[in-house]
Amino acid sequence: MADDKDVLRDVWFGRIPTCFLLNQDEVTEREAEPYYLLLPRVSYLTLVTDKVKKHFHKVIRTDDAEEMWFEYEGTPLKWHYPIGVLFDLHASNTVLPWSITVHFKNFPERDLLHCPSHSVIEAHFMSSIKEADALKHKSQVVNDMQKKDHKQLWMGLQNDKFDQFWAMNRKLMEYPTEDGGFRFIPFRIYQTLSDRPFIQKQFRPVSPEGHVHTLGDLLKEVYPTPLQWLSEHLSHPDSFLHICVIPVPSD
Amino acid sequence: MPVSLLWAVDVYGRVYSLSTGGGLWEQCRDAHMEFKRVTAAQQCCWGIACDNNIYLNLHASDLPRWNPVDSFSDRLLPSDRWQWSDVTGLQHQPLDGFLLPSDSWEWEGDWHGWTYAIDFPAYYTKDKKWNSCVRRRRLLRYRKYRSMDTWAKVGQTVRVFVLVSPHSRRLSQILSATSATFSSCSVLSSFRSWTSFSKSLFFRSRRVFLFMDCSSWISTFSSSVSELRFFSSRTFGNLSFCCPILSFNAWNSFSKLLLFLTMRFIFIDICSSSGSQLGSLSASFWENFSSCSFNWTINCFTIFCELRCFSASSSFFCSTSFNFISIFESFSTSSLFSEGIYHLNPEGSEWEEVSLPGEVIQISCGPGDLVWAVLWEGQLLVWFRRGINSHNPCGSGWINMVGEMIMINVGLNDQVLAISSEDRAVYYRQGVTSSELSGKTWRAITVPRDGDRSHSSASASSLQSDVESERGSTDGAAGLVTSSSPESLVDAPQTNLSRPPASPKTAKDFQRGNSPAVLEEEPLAVEEDLKDPCAGVAIPPQDPQWCNVDLEEAQIQQTGVVLDSLDTCSLSSVATYTLAMEDPYGADERPLWAWVSGGGCNVDSHSQLNWFNSMNASSLVQSVQSMSLSVSPAQTAAWRRQIFEQLSERTKREMDDFRHYEQAIEQSVWVKKGTMQWWRDWKPYKWIDVHFALEQFSGAEGNKDGILFIYYNFYEEKKYLHAFVNDVTILVPVLNDSKHSFAIYTPERTKQRWPIRLSAATELEMQDWLALLSVSCCDSRGIQGPPSKQAAWSITCKGDIFVSEPSPMWGIGYDHTAWVHTGGYGGGFFQGLGSSTDNIYTQSDSKSVYIYENQRWNPVTGYTNRCLTGLWTTVCRGGRTETAGSMRLIFQRRLYHGHKTLKDFVRRRRWARKCKLTTTGPWQEVPPISLSDVTILPCAAQISVDVVPLWAISNKGDVLCRLGVSTQTPAGSSWLHVGTDQPFKSISIGAASQVWAIAKDGSAFYRGSLVPHPLPAKQKLKQVSVGRTSVYTVDENGNLWYRQGVTPSYPQGSSWEHISNNVRKVSVGPLDQVWIIADKVQGSHGLSCGTVCHRLGVQPMEPKGQSWDYGIGGGWDHITVRGNCMEPPRIRLPSLGGLASQSSFPVSTEANGNAVGC
Repeated sequence: MADDKDVLRDVWFGRIPTCFLLNQDEVTEREAEPYYLLLPRVSYLTLVTDKVKKHFHKVIRTDDAEEMWFEYEGTPLKWHYPIGVLFDLHASNTVLPWSITVHFKNFPERDLLHCPSHSVIEAHFMSSIKEADALKHKSQVVNDMQKKDHKQLWMGLQNDKFDQFWAMNRKLMEYPTEDGGFRFIPFRIYQTLSDRPFIQKQFRPVSPEGHVHTLGDLLKEVYPTPLQWLSEHLSHPDSFLHICVIPVPSD
Repeated sequence: MPVSLLWAVDVYGRVYSLSTGGGLWEQCRDAHMEFKRVTAAQQCCWGIACDNNIYLNLHASDLPRWNPVDSFSDRLLPSDRWQWSDVTGLQHQPLDGFLLPSDSWEWEGDWHGWTYAIDFPAYYTKDKKWNSCVRRRRLLRYRKYRSMDTWAKVGQTVRVFVLVSPHSRRLSQILSATSATFSSCSVLSSFRSWTSFSKSLFFRSRRVFLFMDCSSWISTFSSSVSELRFFSSRTFGNLSFCCPILSFNAWNSFSKLLLFLTMRFIFIDICSSSGSQLGSLSASFWENFSSCSFNWTINCFTIFCELRCFSASSSFFCSTSFNFISIFESFSTSSLFSEGIYHLNPEGSEWEEVSLPGEVIQISCGPGDLVWAVLWEGQLLVWFRRGINSHNPCGSGWINMVGEMIMINVGLNDQVLAISSEDRAVYYRQGVTSSELSGKTWRAITVPRDGDRSHSSASASSLQSDVESERGSTDGAAGLVTSSSPESLVDAPQTNLSRPPASPKTAKDFQRGNSPAVLEEEPLAVEEDLKDPCAGVAIPPQDPQWCNVDLEEAQIQQTGVVLDSLDTCSLSSVATYTLAMEDPYGADERPLWAWVSGGGCNVDSHSQLNWFNSMNASSLVQSVQSMSLSVSPAQTAAWRRQIFEQLSERTKREMDDFRHYEQAIEQSVWVKKGTMQWWRDWKPYKWIDVHFALEQFSGAEGNKDGILFIYYNFYEEKKYLHAFVNDVTILVPVLNDSKHSFAIYTPERTKQRWPIRLSAATELEMQDWLALLSVSCCDSRGIQGPPSKQAAWSITCKGDIFVSEPSPMWGIGYDHTAWVHTGGYGGGFFQGLGSSTDNIYTQSDSKSVYIYENQRWNPVTGYTNRCLTGLWTTVCRGGRTETAGSMRLIFQRRLYHGHKTLKDFVRRRRWARKCKLTTTGPWQEVPPISLSDVTILPCAAQISVDVVPLWAISNKGDVLCRLGVSTQTPAGSSWLHVGTDQPFKSISIGAASQVWAIAKDGSAFYRGSLVPHPLPAKQKLKQVSVGRTSVYTVDENGNLWYRQGVTPSYPQGSSWEHISNNVRKVSVGPLDQVWIIADKVQGSHGLSCGTVCHRLGVQPMEPKGQSWDYGIGGGWDHITVRGNCMEPPRIRLPSLGGLASQSSFPVSTEANGNAVGC
């Protein structure tokens, strides 16, 4: 059987084939070609779509171009969710490639955060890591890191450098053996049919009686997967375990 | 799987063995010697006892494998026999000379007796007769033996085995079977001949080894190569180096057994720890070996060398470790690695040093791809030898392992055994498989020992009773061996030599006649041994009857199936009485192990071993599971498999059909790679080979960014350190004697005062890298074109100019040529930035170098290019002028380096040499007058046409004023001579056009008052710098002086106030910033000279400031911050316009005074 490390790689190198289409309403000088990309599941939309922006800037009047944002079937896509979460949450039943509509006008202020630069993403990413480490280690690990270590994490994500990222992230995933796991599992549960953005609670990997909590415990279902393992191996680079709850397709 | 043995020595020197099929440590009762080391092969075990002699124990269990008929094949005999005879003939003389009176020699002398014993029948006396008797192959084999015997007899080497072993004084490990005796005899005797005599003999001896090996082992395998080598030792003065042999390994590689008995001389030269001379032979070494003291516990130096050769496909591998047990100091050990050991050249061709992360005290190689080593601190390393091929037989890297061990041993199948430093228990590495060579976890071997008396006596009684009854059964084989062991040494050869296997009846006879037989045989040789009170065992006179018995026994062993209970440890009947002596150690206390050898222990990862008690095992399982969170295995498998499947399904679904899509994140970064050497960060500091890579990629908002990677091996684990290019503050070429090196600073490393120091193979390579890195740094900071106007400029001792935020300026060369900065950027090897290459001109400079007798380098060697370079450039390290992030130094260009045209002038004792270089740079010569100092009024020009006051001192000491200097025409138009009474050497112009100058007599003058302002105590001033209101001078003794009482109404001030010492140069900026080049600044590794320092706390009301902020030293010679009109600390004012600046190239400096750690 494959090694657990392979899981890390599989998670990291997960890609979603995506087709970016310019919104019909955009005023263009000529017809915009769709743009195809393999998006890293673990990254953020605005971090990896500079090419998309450049592509569509060619055909729209740059004067008209405001901040770029994305929408899928009417839902504005929150760039601060990992791409994989967005896909699983909104489009897991879609036919690939995933068709995302690109907008340069009418920024949905109520739904989306502005993302003027990559440094905003970095700030968001690092705050996620810090929040997660507060749950996992009372922030001890992340606080012990130097600035350049933080930068290494971010650069690893930004440049899709698995080894560079994990060289540092490894520290964030360690825990004292006697504890049997993190203090709390940093997780977020997203639900399609919910108004809440996501559920986040303090949840320990091991019960007071010493039982290992499983995903099933968490979801009140019967997935016998230890949460700790999930958190160690399936977490996104922001250290959170993002769980999407999707209704079973009716057909 | 056949049963095999694991050997170990406890801290009392007792030898135990543990069968793979058993659950009990069995003590070698016959080992009356205390042992220090053992090393085992499958068929035997070698040991070093406390008398520093080597003992061999052949396992009875191995005998069945040895088929005498097959082993002595035709293939070997025809040539070997005669060769062997020749050897015998040749060795008569040397062997006589060999008999040394030392203790160490005695046992060898005793061998001789053994030979006699073997030789008892007249049957063998003559070759011809013997030949004729040999009608079968088997007889041929005997002839072999006989030859050996003969030879041994001459050398008097064999008797010890027979006689001494019963006394258990010399031979602690009993050779338990006939064939074993033969082989060991041959081994040892030939070994002697090899070691003691010439090389030609060595080769003959090697044949002996071959023969021996064939006789004992090779029959089991299809082909064989064998080599026996010994470590020897050498005594250096008082220091004894003992390098006992301990390598003996056998393994099966690609269905061929390649057997290497490896012994090797290593001449260790204490004078140079790295200077191991290998491979040569000397007659003296053997003597040294035998006579040197090898007292393991109190020796000053004891070097234990273990060497193993083993094969992996076609390449063979040797490693040794030097074990320095020292009460003085241990010098660094190195692991040596022999390349090119192969079939025809078993001693290898050369040794190659393998880099090690620390001092290795012990190392062990497995037959496969593993090398384990124990570091001085008990840390464990695994050295994977993956990817072995002819190019990389050294393997790939070290990996630090969990566990603190005092020794480690890699056995057959790469199974690893170790002794923990904490509890001295023997640990077995579990989970070593070919796919996971490092294994999973340590598992303590917790079997009890057979330490009690009853057990021993039982075995002793079995000696008496069991032999007969069990004869013929497999167990009986063991019993026989046990009972007859001492004598069997004698018997075995006898029987083998004399005749084919006898019947059980003769065996009985043997049993009866056992004791008397030996005694009679041994009178001469045993003399000394007989005196030994321990010789309580009756030494029986030898009786031919025996041989039958023993032969029978041997036959049983040869044919019978050897089972697990068979062990050689309980062989000796003498165990019964020796037990009492050993009892005081306390048999029931927990064993404390000192040494373990798994070379004969044939287990693999699938072996079911009874060595671990159940509690242990279960806890282990638990611990293993706890790693995967103690979910039940089934569950583990289920959910893990599910996740794996889902992931791979996902991959298939989402990626397989879309691989042609463009990746969102470009992986194609621009990379330049190379190899360099890196001055590593930890002790012992040294240059190590690294891979260096610069990765450049488009950064977040489009600017290029980059990362430097330095890939190195740490404990042979591949690691890297990296620096972000936009963190790099300066790249400084550092020339030292032998390296083309440069240093990379980041803010963090400046704080640590420990830059990344790299060295390229060639100067050209270094320049390429520097140029590339410079461009990369500039790219990442968005720097293009000429420097801006808030600049700090500085010059290293080498003449490299560094600038942070540059501006137009003047400079002076070593030859006093005046140069004006053109505003370009680049030159030399540095091709510059796109927009600034227009203004690059050819520059040349020359410098006379004088060598006096008392200078530190030898004039003779000094005239090599290298030394010249060293003098010319001295040793430089980058300084840094960054403070609070407001400024940065950017490597701009190197002015002085490269091509030199040299002339030698020899005048009496003074040697002069003129250096010249030609390079390019953004500097334009200002002819014709040579200058020694120049100064520009800072912050003068508000607009580009404003004329900037520029004063200079000519080479002769005249004061000059340059007319027409503006930012548009920085070179000005003409010189105006300013009349003076005396020659000057330094000048500075400050705010409000105040001009200060230093006369050649060392006094300071203020322009406007012709009165000199000398220093107290008649110290001579050397340099002056004037800022807005501050006037600073430096005297010839390196003191920094501040002019007190300077006011607008009384600009010449009142007195000099001492500020600081050890100052080389001062530069006062237009805002009264004070920057100096300081010497003797405490760095992280000693004092550094030529450090850029910045005065902190300079305020309008406190112009002297408070303290120094030290940049990293050293190597700076000159700095000027006079172009820097930026208000500190944070407010970035726009440029105040036409800034002027001053720079002077060093005229004469203590060129060698700043070699700090570079």
